[in-house]
Amino acid sequence: LQLDFWLAPRGPGYPVDIRVPFPSLQPLKAHLEANGVSYSIMIEDVQALVDNEQMEMLRGRRRLLVSTNTFDYATYHSLDEIYAFMDLLVAENPNLVSKLEIGRSTENRPIYVLKFSKGGTNRPAVWIDTGIHSREWVTQASGVWFAKKIVLDHENDEGLASILDKMDIFLEIVTNPDGFVFTQTQNRMWRKTRSRHSGSTCIGVDPNRNWDAGFGGPGASGNPCSETYHGPYANSEPEVKAIVDFVKNHGNIKAFVSIHSYSQLLLYPYGYTSMPVPDQKELHQVSEKAVAALSSLYGTKYKYGSIITTIYQASGGTIDWTYNQGIKYSFTFELRDTGRYGFLLPAKQIVPTAQETWLALKVIMLHARNHLY
Amino acid sequence: DIDDVGHRYHLELVLEDILDKDSTVNCTAEVLYHLGNKNIAPDVQFTIEGELKNTDEADNIFYNRIKSLEKELVAENIPDSHGNVSPEMEPIRLLAWVASGYVIWQNSTENTKFQLAQIKHVKQVKRSDEYLEFDYIVLLHEMVSQEIIPWQMTVLWHPQHGVQVTQDSRHPKHA
Repeated sequence: LQLDFWLAPRGPGYPVDIRVPFPSLQPLKAHLEANGVSYSIMIEDVQALVDNEQMEMLRGRRRLLVSTNTFDYATYHSLDEIYAFMDLLVAENPNLVSKLEIGRSTENRPIYVLKFSKGGTNRPAVWIDTGIHSREWVTQASGVWFAKKIVLDHENDEGLASILDKMDIFLEIVTNPDGFVFTQTQNRMWRKTRSRHSGSTCIGVDPNRNWDAGFGGPGASGNPCSETYHGPYANSEPEVKAIVDFVKNHGNIKAFVSIHSYSQLLLYPYGYTSMPVPDQKELHQVSEKAVAALSSLYGTKYKYGSIITTIYQASGGTIDWTYNQGIKYSFTFELRDTGRYGFLLPAKQIVPTAQETWLALKVIMLHARNHLY
Repeated sequence: DIDDVGHRYHLELVLEDILDKDSTVNCTAEVLYHLGNKNIAPDVQFTIEGELKNTDEADNIFYNRIKSLEKELVAENIPDSHGNVSPEMEPIRLLAWVASGYVIWQNSTENTKFQLAQIKHVKQVKRSDEYLEFDYIVLLHEMVSQEIIPWQMTVLWHPQHGVQVTQDSRHPKHA
């Protein structure tokens, strides 16, 4: 049974303390009960205590992450820490999670996507991306939380289990790694990529204006120094091209969710034109359900509608392109808050934000799963 | 629409006390955006139904604390990158928020939506009179263009005399 005696037997009348490996719990309990030996549980989960102790010991300096169970989800992390988290998650759950490199950023950083799959070949899939605009820190932090949540819940949560029975989930946590590093080292408010294009000293393209949907039209800027600069041509940004190539090669993505902050909105296409999408009615209904689920947790209020009617006209946007590719369930979130902290959302709001958003994501994923096309 | 004058909006809103979510007061307002000259601030008329909370005690504590500082207060990055604001800086932040409200009003059109994003720098300027003076450089986030605009504002405050923005201007951008 591999029993580990922490207080060894001394003789009749003296207590004994035993650390019991999980597989031996039942047999030991049965044996004790059959022989009328009373027992009590002193520590429910020794591993949890050990993990905690290790975390306490390593606090204070930027340290080597050893387990996704000791990862602090309630704080903001560096790119290296998030990439280390990804590798650990894969190592801990090799049958569910794998990591794909879908391209390289302008500054040659690898762009990674996590794939969550229970099997099959090229199953219909859900795509979720966070951090396309680097200053929207609550989104990358939420992406990390979603990854862990999928691993934790993939068997015991009915909704998630049923989604993964039929579909794969792709999650790109740091969609704009160059921008992200820049927000940590130089300018917390950096939004765009870090590409240089000839003819200007200004750097960066708005990755959410660089897609081939109404590209260059009203709702984006042709000025390289602008925060909404669309770039010299559609897909000029490797961060965008990587996703475009992935989506086209996969060919079976059925739901696509791109996550931003802030404003507390759930949006569907179009942004580049006021023409309603053919699936407007269905997308509106799904949005209504998703927002209700989100609000049910902490009462956070969201508005929803098409991009152009709810926020502003924006051309060359991600979900306009994905919708036109035939991905019907294309949505964008704008997470917390509504301006009080804006991009500088306090870290203690990361987990509540991720939790409520996850409920909305599940509504969308479940709907896609139940209405595959 | 009002021909040759501009666009007028009638608003009914609820004001909520940031520091006490249960404390709300109804408000109605008329906002007139002027046609043509975009350099004039919109006209605002408003009525508050009821009374705003009395904050004399907290105001005086803050006032006395700053007045009695030996060295002028100086601070940067409020909130910091992680959204943290130390308790001592909270009133400084609230003051910036009110003052930036004035700046935002003066610079708003129907196509702008400003938020105070961050205080980059604040420096107290000691005065011989009873007022507190702070020199702020703030970052304003404009939602439609998504631009982050540095803005300088000189703010006067006194517990009984309220907030005044005596000077403000777009701050030159560094690279």
